[in-house]
Amino acid sequence: MTAPDAPLPRILPCGDAALTVEFGRSLDETVNRTVLAFDRAVAAEAIAGIQETVPTYRSLLIHYDALTVDFGSLRQRLLALAVKPLVPVATTRRWRVPVVYGGDYGIDLDDVARTHGISADDVVARHMAGDYFVAMVGFTPGFAYLSGLDPTLATSRRSEPRPSTPPGSIHIGGAQAAIQCLAGPSGWHLLGRTPVRTFHPRRAPVFLIAPGDAVTFYAVPAAEFAALDRAAEAGEPVAELVTP
Amino acid sequence: MTMLAVIAADPATSVQDGGRHGAQRFGLSPSGAMDAASLALANALVGNPPLAAAIEVGPFGAAFAARDGSVRVALAGAQRHATLAGAPIAAQRSFVIAEHETLTLGPARDGVFSYLAIEGAVHGVPVFGSLSVNVRAGLGSPFPRGLEAGDVLQVDDIRPLRSERGAPPIHRDAGPIRVIAGPQDDEFEPAAMGVLIEREWMLAAASDRMGYRLEGPPLRHPNGHNIVSDGTVTGSIQVPGSGQPIVLMADRGTTGGYPKIATVISIDIGRLAQVRPGQSIRFALIGVEEALRLARRHAADLAALPGRITEIGEIALDVASLQDANLAGVAVSAVDAATWQAPGADAGGEP
Repeated sequence: MTAPDAPLPRILPCGDAALTVEFGRSLDETVNRTVLAFDRAVAAEAIAGIQETVPTYRSLLIHYDALTVDFGSLRQRLLALAVKPLVPVATTRRWRVPVVYGGDYGIDLDDVARTHGISADDVVARHMAGDYFVAMVGFTPGFAYLSGLDPTLATSRRSEPRPSTPPGSIHIGGAQAAIQCLAGPSGWHLLGRTPVRTFHPRRAPVFLIAPGDAVTFYAVPAAEFAALDRAAEAGEPVAELVTP
Repeated sequence: MTMLAVIAADPATSVQDGGRHGAQRFGLSPSGAMDAASLALANALVGNPPLAAAIEVGPFGAAFAARDGSVRVALAGAQRHATLAGAPIAAQRSFVIAEHETLTLGPARDGVFSYLAIEGAVHGVPVFGSLSVNVRAGLGSPFPRGLEAGDVLQVDDIRPLRSERGAPPIHRDAGPIRVIAGPQDDEFEPAAMGVLIEREWMLAAASDRMGYRLEGPPLRHPNGHNIVSDGTVTGSIQVPGSGQPIVLMADRGTTGGYPKIATVISIDIGRLAQVRPGQSIRFALIGVEEALRLARRHAADLAALPGRITEIGEIALDVASLQDANLAGVAVSAVDAATWQAPGADAGGEP
């Protein structure tokens, strides 16, 4: 994955019990895939003292027990690992996620269409045509940040974030797309809603979608939302898992 | 089955333990006790593991009563007026709430969070190894929310003890809250770190388990306040566009898109958590090696905690009668004068 002459990642302390391995500072799919590959390499290395890792767009956050492994020696081990060739992350799971677009389910669809001078149907078609990659899951439980948005749909975030947006919001912000699981504040543009729970505390598995997964969206009629929502609440995945 | 009934509580009072680890990669914050050392102290006094689930009592207080049996508890953390069946009772000692008696905890007088540990701990169904309440995620057991009047917690029957137990306060450094620079200190103008360290910061009222908001001179980032999202930790000092820092706490988002100028060291999180809105704090910059030295000392202090638990009145009092009294559920506040505590002192976890 990383070329032999690729620059070493920066290792930055995050207090005394975590550090960040930073591979880049921009939204870059190559950087993100390097982060995910490095995350797996770290897991395979099974370094004593590492408690959990959080892959993000640009860096891998590593929580560690400083009484087991100190910053200096952990840093050296991670740098040694970073010079080795990484095994690229192969996508092994693809999720087909149903979405009710527009209307009360996606209150910003028409505004996004106007912003780009296209029809609402065009926005939906371009959003559905996307082949998305789960770059990271973060901020709130099950919030999946997706790369792969059609660049013609890139839309600056709202100047005034909304204090609350519904659970299952399917939205876009800048060049990013996302599936939001829980209700919460958001400055992104709401295109639709999915009944899928990417996080459901009373279901096994609790989390449906993981970093490195692929996602596509398909439209369902508003009339079907309630039934799908009940099934999802009862613990059905509702999203269809396709193994490539 | 013995129960602890909630007579009064508000959303700031909830079940918390050592937190939920392993799911931050899915966006789930760790939650857990805001002041883990005080949780450990309260637990040690009733013979529980240090990070067992207990009741984190928020700033406004709460009241509990024993039902269908007696319940042994201990209180540590923020100082507050506490009464058992109407009689004052000291913190940092175990005591028994006899059946039908009510323990009333007043508002915090110094600090914010107290921990009411229950012998045998709070029972519930863990998710990712934790009972901690995370309201936003709908997690927590036995209730996925703060405690409310009418809630009932199943608890263990009390064990016969020769004596109730007390402990001296845990060592806690005074002085500035210590931070380590980064991870994004280079996103700020060069003077910003000096401003963070040299100036006083007032804790804003809009502070909660997610974040402690600070008010002071603005910390400026010349390249704007948006970064590509990366991971956060408890103690991350993130600075949004306003320039006013927010220290991320137990219920934080797991990732964030604001630059983080510095990070509060682990052992000072609990001390920061006990700062009250309107109070001022200062920061001091230290290195990773110094933080490790402090963390080792703190871990040794916590490990030594069970050895510092003393039987209250083991010399001065007739043990058999005290045991009888405890089993009979008589308030044991009468033995306060025989403890290491000054008579009438309401000792809390904050020295």
